[in-house]
Amino acid sequence: MNTASPKHAKNAEAFLRDEENTDWHNETLWFVRSKRDRAAQSLPEWEELREQASQIKAHALSKLDDYLIQLEENARKNGIIVHWAANADEHNQIVLDIMRKHKATKIVKSKSMLTEECHLNPFLIKQGIEVIDTDLGERIIQLRNEPPSHIVMPAIHLKKKHIGDLFHLHLGTDAGADDPQYLTEAARIHLRQKFLLADLAITGVNFAIAETGGFVVCTNEGNADLGAHLAKVHIACMGIEKVIPKAEHLGVFLRLLARSATGQAVTTYSSHFRKPAPGQEMHLVLVDNGRTRQLASPDFRNSLKCIRCGACMNTCPVYRRSGGHSYHTAVAGPIGSILAPNIDMKEYADLPFASTLCGSCTNVCPVKIDIHQQLYKWRQVLGEAGVVEPAKKVGMSGMDVLFSRPWLYRFAGRAGRWLMQTFPTLANKASLNPWAIHRDMPKPPEQSFRDWYAQQNKKTNG
Amino acid sequence: MNVGLFIPCYVDQFYPNVGIATLRLLESLDVKVIFPMEQTCCGQPMANSGFQRLSAGCDKNFIQNFADCDVVVGPSGSCVLHLKEHLHSSEQPEEAARLRGNVYELCEFLTDVLKVDALPKARFPHRVGLHTSCHGQRGLGLSSMSELVAPKFSKPEHLLRLVDGLDLVPLTHPDECCGFGGTFCVFEEALSSKMGKDRVNDHLRHGAEVITGGDMSCLMQLEGVLRRQKSSVRVMHIAEILTSGN
Ligand code: SF4
Repeated sequence: MNTASPKHAKNAEAFLRDEENTDWHNETLWFVRSKRDRAAQSLPEWEELREQASQIKAHALSKLDDYLIQLEENARKNGIIVHWAANADEHNQIVLDIMRKHKATKIVKSKSMLTEECHLNPFLIKQGIEVIDTDLGERIIQLRNEPPSHIVMPAIHLKKKHIGDLFHLHLGTDAGADDPQYLTEAARIHLRQKFLLADLAITGVNFAIAETGGFVVCTNEGNADLGAHLAKVHIACMGIEKVIPKAEHLGVFLRLLARSATGQAVTTYSSHFRKPAPGQEMHLVLVDNGRTRQLASPDFRNSLKCIRCGACMNTCPVYRRSGGHSYHTAVAGPIGSILAPNIDMKEYADLPFASTLCGSCTNVCPVKIDIHQQLYKWRQVLGEAGVVEPAKKVGMSGMDVLFSRPWLYRFAGRAGRWLMQTFPTLANKASLNPWAIHRDMPKPPEQSFRDWYAQQNKKTNG
Repeated sequence: MNVGLFIPCYVDQFYPNVGIATLRLLESLDVKVIFPMEQTCCGQPMANSGFQRLSAGCDKNFIQNFADCDVVVGPSGSCVLHLKEHLHSSEQPEEAARLRGNVYELCEFLTDVLKVDALPKARFPHRVGLHTSCHGQRGLGLSSMSELVAPKFSKPEHLLRLVDGLDLVPLTHPDECCGFGGTFCVFEEALSSKMGKDRVNDHLRHGAEVITGGDMSCLMQLEGVLRRQKSSVRVMHIAEILTSGN
């Protein structure tokens, strides 16, 4: 098998070249993480809530088939048309077929990472359909022809100035304008027209409830509701892991989701959809796309608990300094680095290594996914499969030889220190030692601890 | 109690003074310490790079060396964490399990086992920044974590507060990663360096004269940045501070 190239490292390096921008990105996300901390600290029962959420999800995953069937039955009873998609292509085709049936050519879409994962937009655009993302951040990156860089704040990598320039170009706002209120107003007028003309609305699903056959969509802008209420057809697309058993479980997740995501007590709009309004049609598309494969793997099953709050990204010191695009996948950051190799192991082999395994992600995760431990496990899987960079492979085999043989280790240590003492510039030469591009090597001591210890013993005993 | 001193390979080679300070500190607390001479590495570099299976030789060597010890103590949170989680042997599974349960990071050994509440001789009249290493803190639970809603505590801080004259500086990010991350520091060089730089700046902004911690690997990363900046701020392992004045 070929080996993957370290794309993340290269992308990160490019991102880091503008240090001022990196600092701004880092601080902006840290600000969100701090808001999350304050919101969490305001609930003394926070850790219990996390535990409950984790257990509810674990239970739902252990009987996922039952709950999905129950969801389907109840949704049908409510008058929702239910579809099943094994993969991204099937999902996109289902959406297209519904559109064709209704001769729809204009759709409005609220934020859905699943449709990103399935690359729905490019697929529909190729069929001549107008797809408008109605979440403000999503619309911004759509106009820029970029993927989202964050699952909750898709345009967090952009400054007001960028948005001003973009809107000037596409929406005719004044050149150089960067007042958020003015820009938001322009976006609102632009989106209003799109909402009114749309034939069909697509939304994501945050939680689907097996017991009731309904589902919940959370947005801060109300755009999902506006789209779904105005269009005569509403398609809701969900990954199969989004099902929870009962309505009474919802409160646990709604309390955790917004606090973890942005530090808000609750998302501004948590809309419950249960049945189509008179004269309207409602579809629910249930998508697998690798999820059952993940479910079958005890090591990685936990990652299906994810409620896509984005907290792991905001806290991740690597994400904060490399930006979402460095991860070259729909879902960036720590959780994305676990999900992506499940979709394509070779393409995303670099991502589980784009982490220091500091463990902060695991601690903020509202559903207690053992994120950094799963990254570690992925590394083992990738190492076994032979898809890591050759340099790593060679280096590690060398270390194995060295450290399993104490005499060789002693010799190499002495030789290494001697080399560094004799040729100090060599160790600090950036072309030979990447460490030395921005950092200096330690000054090598005369003697190792071991040599000192042996000498001491000789002194006292001899 | 037969205490085996575990000095990780990079401490052995680059920071012998940390090994010496650890040994002296334990001896000053009346602990009888032996240092098995044939020890090498805990195996973490391979395991973290996705080659845990290549650490079998390391594991075997470790088990051989420390078989006679009741407990093993090492001045490195990340190596100790690796041993606690991954030390493995198909030939001697019981011995591996016993050692996994009896390996301690230096600070946790001092606070939890020896219950050190005073260090009468320790004196270090400087402004000190404590770098809380991730593996020590989140992995071994050496201190409370800013992400969790839980009571605050810190084992290394408890020990540093026993040192006469030491002024512990507050930090804006008390538990941010330094960016070392094993081979991450080489394969993600640009990111790792930036993280190191940011970590150092937090300490400098608060007027630290010395940066300390329980993991020499993190401190090596911070030292690398400081030296490049030609800064007069030094790094010292916590064992060196706890034995200063002796
Ligand atoms: S893994 Fe956890 S913290 Fe990250 S997005 Fe999912 S639920 Fe949120």
